[in-house]
Amino acid sequence: MELIYQALFAPFVDFGFMRRALVGCVALSISATPVGVFLMLRRMSLTGDAIAHAILPGAALGYMVAGLSLGAMTLGGLLAGWVVALLSGGLARITVLKEDANLAVFYLLSLALGVLLVSTQSRNIDLLHLLFGSVLALDNEALILLAGIASITLILLAVFLRPLVLECLDPDFLRRHSRVGTTTHLVFLALVVLNLVAGFQALGTLMAVGIMILPATAARFWARQIDQLLFVALTLALLGCWLGLLMSWHLDLPTGPAIILVLGSLHILSLFAGRDGLLKRWLHPTKHLKS
Amino acid sequence: MENNLTKPLVEFHNLTLGYEMHPAVHHLQGQILSGDLLAVIGPNGGGKSTLLKGLMEEIRPLGGKIIWPQGRPKLAYLPQRARLDLDFPLRVADFVSLGHWPKRGAFAAIKSIDKQAVQQALKEVGLAGFDKQSLDSLSGGQLQRVLFARLLLEDAPLILLDEPFAAVDEATTTDLLMLIKQWHQQGRTVIAVLHDLHQVRSHFPKCLLLARDVLGMGATEEVVTAENLAKARKMQVLADPLAPICDLDDVRELS
Repeated sequence: MELIYQALFAPFVDFGFMRRALVGCVALSISATPVGVFLMLRRMSLTGDAIAHAILPGAALGYMVAGLSLGAMTLGGLLAGWVVALLSGGLARITVLKEDANLAVFYLLSLALGVLLVSTQSRNIDLLHLLFGSVLALDNEALILLAGIASITLILLAVFLRPLVLECLDPDFLRRHSRVGTTTHLVFLALVVLNLVAGFQALGTLMAVGIMILPATAARFWARQIDQLLFVALTLALLGCWLGLLMSWHLDLPTGPAIILVLGSLHILSLFAGRDGLLKRWLHPTKHLKS
Repeated sequence: MENNLTKPLVEFHNLTLGYEMHPAVHHLQGQILSGDLLAVIGPNGGGKSTLLKGLMEEIRPLGGKIIWPQGRPKLAYLPQRARLDLDFPLRVADFVSLGHWPKRGAFAAIKSIDKQAVQQALKEVGLAGFDKQSLDSLSGGQLQRVLFARLLLEDAPLILLDEPFAAVDEATTTDLLMLIKQWHQQGRTVIAVLHDLHQVRSHFPKCLLLARDVLGMGATEEVVTAENLAKARKMQVLADPLAPICDLDDVRELS
């Protein structure tokens, strides 16, 4: 018993920064996971990755202007991400280029601009911080930011749930009955940016995509309905954060990658053992139902 | 109400619809009355779907006008090939309840009376008990029934159906034809694009034969004649890229 307690719970009971890290990750899971589920269902899984690249330069710019300031970096990241996301989503609706092509163009431009900016600075070692996050150093300010973003995300997702579902299920029906489609899409892109910015506080810009997409993809092997999908994805995300933090603590590993690797393992486990996983396909049933 | 009975539901005034200057429906003149049960027939490329898209205001006329003397009613539309993402993890009941959209919009709550309406609609299309199935488990015919259930809930006075029975078996077709008949009896206007002439003759009192030009519009037995069908078969399928500008309007104005 003592061993189990030491392995699974003691770090959080004994150390405040571990508790903070856990709270931050819980907030992030609650908020980023449903966004990721919709990214996956809308076949935009890679969009998150592209937007994360676009955010980096904005955050770097904020850092260059105001140093290691949460507010400046968040604002810079949000601005860069939103400009790229809105340009991609908006132009796709009024020109011949589709959203993925637009996104490729603008995230590359943003990234190139960012690398250019960073290279003019000599202090760029601190920028590793941006890439890998600082989940073990979350202060009150950061926790409030994460909780705030989670609240905004959940409220907006609840309000826009119906058009969000309909826009990927039957876009023509939505267009016939309402003009809310474009607004919905742009709000959704804004939420993706918001959650990636939230994620880079904790996990770093690039790892932030992982907590969005991996629980969603893993959950797809277990759940067949959207409500179950959201629930399973959230459960997997929370499990992954908890185990990831413990792994990072016990083995003295960087936290962001540890969490993402645990989530990745959960995905691979689901890929084989899930209700719609590979094992079930390989083990041919020898019996079938009468009807 | 007296007005509504005397005024037609929709009038086509020398209507030309098409794509990039090439007409798909050419100089259509005519009207549809409230409560009509109208079949639109004709060869592929004859402009049948284009006419429905024109009514839905998805395309703008190249010439002429569509006039709604009683005001444009709510329309429910079943496209020929719905671009549905059937892998989307959703239950049949949730999908059908989207038919409440015209009433509830994007944000209002779905009430328990709405949920009962969903169950009732599923029963009417012969899918009672399918409410908890996922969409991807349905057969082609079942999916068509589900789409009809959603149309039912839309509760529109004008219903447009684009080839509703393409690739659907006989039992399903019979059931769905019964629904169309019910809509007709309720006083709704139904316009359906169809290919099965036997079906048209036995179920649709009015008919429009389109082969780019209008070859007949009116009572079905007068429109679906051997002579008209032969004319329809001669329609030039490929749009001539070098076709001169149509001057029919000028001629009409002069006379």
